[in-house]
Amino acid sequence: MRFLSGSRGLAAGCLAAVTPSALAHMQAGQATGFLTGFLHPISGLDHVLAMVAVGLWGAQLGAPAIWVLPVAFPLVMAMGGMLGFLGVPIAGIEYGIAASAILLGAAVAFELRLPLVVAALLIGFFAVFHGHAHGTELPPGQSALLYSMGFVMATGCLHAVGIAIGVVHRWMWGQRLLRAAGAVVLVGGVFFLWKALGGAA
Amino acid sequence: MSKPRLPSCAAVILTLALCSRPAEAHLNSSGMGPIYDGLMHFLTSPEDLVPALAMALLAGLRGATHGRRALFTLPAAWLLGSLAGLAAAATGGNAVVAALWFLLMGGLVASDAKVSLRLTTILAALLGLYHGYFNGSGMGQSVSAILGVVGLVSAVFVLIALAAAFVVQLRAQWARIAVRVAGSWIAASGLLLLGWALRGG
Repeated sequence: MRFLSGSRGLAAGCLAAVTPSALAHMQAGQATGFLTGFLHPISGLDHVLAMVAVGLWGAQLGAPAIWVLPVAFPLVMAMGGMLGFLGVPIAGIEYGIAASAILLGAAVAFELRLPLVVAALLIGFFAVFHGHAHGTELPPGQSALLYSMGFVMATGCLHAVGIAIGVVHRWMWGQRLLRAAGAVVLVGGVFFLWKALGGAA
Repeated sequence: MSKPRLPSCAAVILTLALCSRPAEAHLNSSGMGPIYDGLMHFLTSPEDLVPALAMALLAGLRGATHGRRALFTLPAAWLLGSLAGLAAAATGGNAVVAALWFLLMGGLVASDAKVSLRLTTILAALLGLYHGYFNGSGMGQSVSAILGVVGLVSAVFVLIALAAAFVVQLRAQWARIAVRVAGSWIAASGLLLLGWALRGG
């Protein structure tokens, strides 16, 4: 398995993840289901900011938060997605998503060191809003399984991006850079909250 | 194959060939023969592939003994289930149960559950029997279907061998955490699939 180690393995995994399925086998809609799901979190800047911020915050907090938060977020997000699939209404989804960017951005900007349980509960709470938005936006005719796998993997990749950026936390300049990145997320969250409140109308 | 068994085996195959019916639509042609059709069916069916992969990851996390047990139990159970399914009328798997398999196996991997060897064996057997049965029941009753099962079970064996062996040799903490993160993604996909199934498609 040496040829599949390190970056080659990662590249092979990424290629396998984005390769369209064999059309001869899959039913109509399934191939696009995965890509639609994978692209969904990436195509929304509000989602991207919050999910990268989860990784950044995890990197700031260090072990075990660095992996507990990215594990907790997709799981709770999936619960939100399930509620969305089932049509269970949750009020203020857009506000919740914007607030998640604001609070997670603030947590990174001020390098908040909350207890692990509190941090996990906080991101879990916001993950419900992100998941619900994904669930209700499932396009008709798509494969739920492939769509779900796509957006869970994309979410995980966004966390991984945040964690990878967070590696710079070991240097003083890196810590300042992360705080600045947190401030950018916070400002982005304020913008999305303003939009949700009708400011862009 | 021992000599005395050859005639009876040939008789069974000849009988099956004479009584064969057209293959059901489930097993799509890869253009390379029924063995490859079965192999490709497994590799391109995430509802089968992912729980089997999770079983391999779980067994790998628990060590070589669990890996070896899963390596032989899962394909054997899959074979038995498929053969039983071949004799049954075509039925589709229950989406809720499929989602629960994702949840269960993904959850066990994510939590790095200290499952006993007996539980690993039971899980592998149940997983193989369940998925094998529904694979087999959709293939119709023909020689090509039996060969398809052979290809499918071979794919299961190879997947378990590669994935479990890969995880068993992981020593770095971060690498084992990455496996657990993959488990959380599988569980999250299962939650979403459950929502989809409960909604009724």
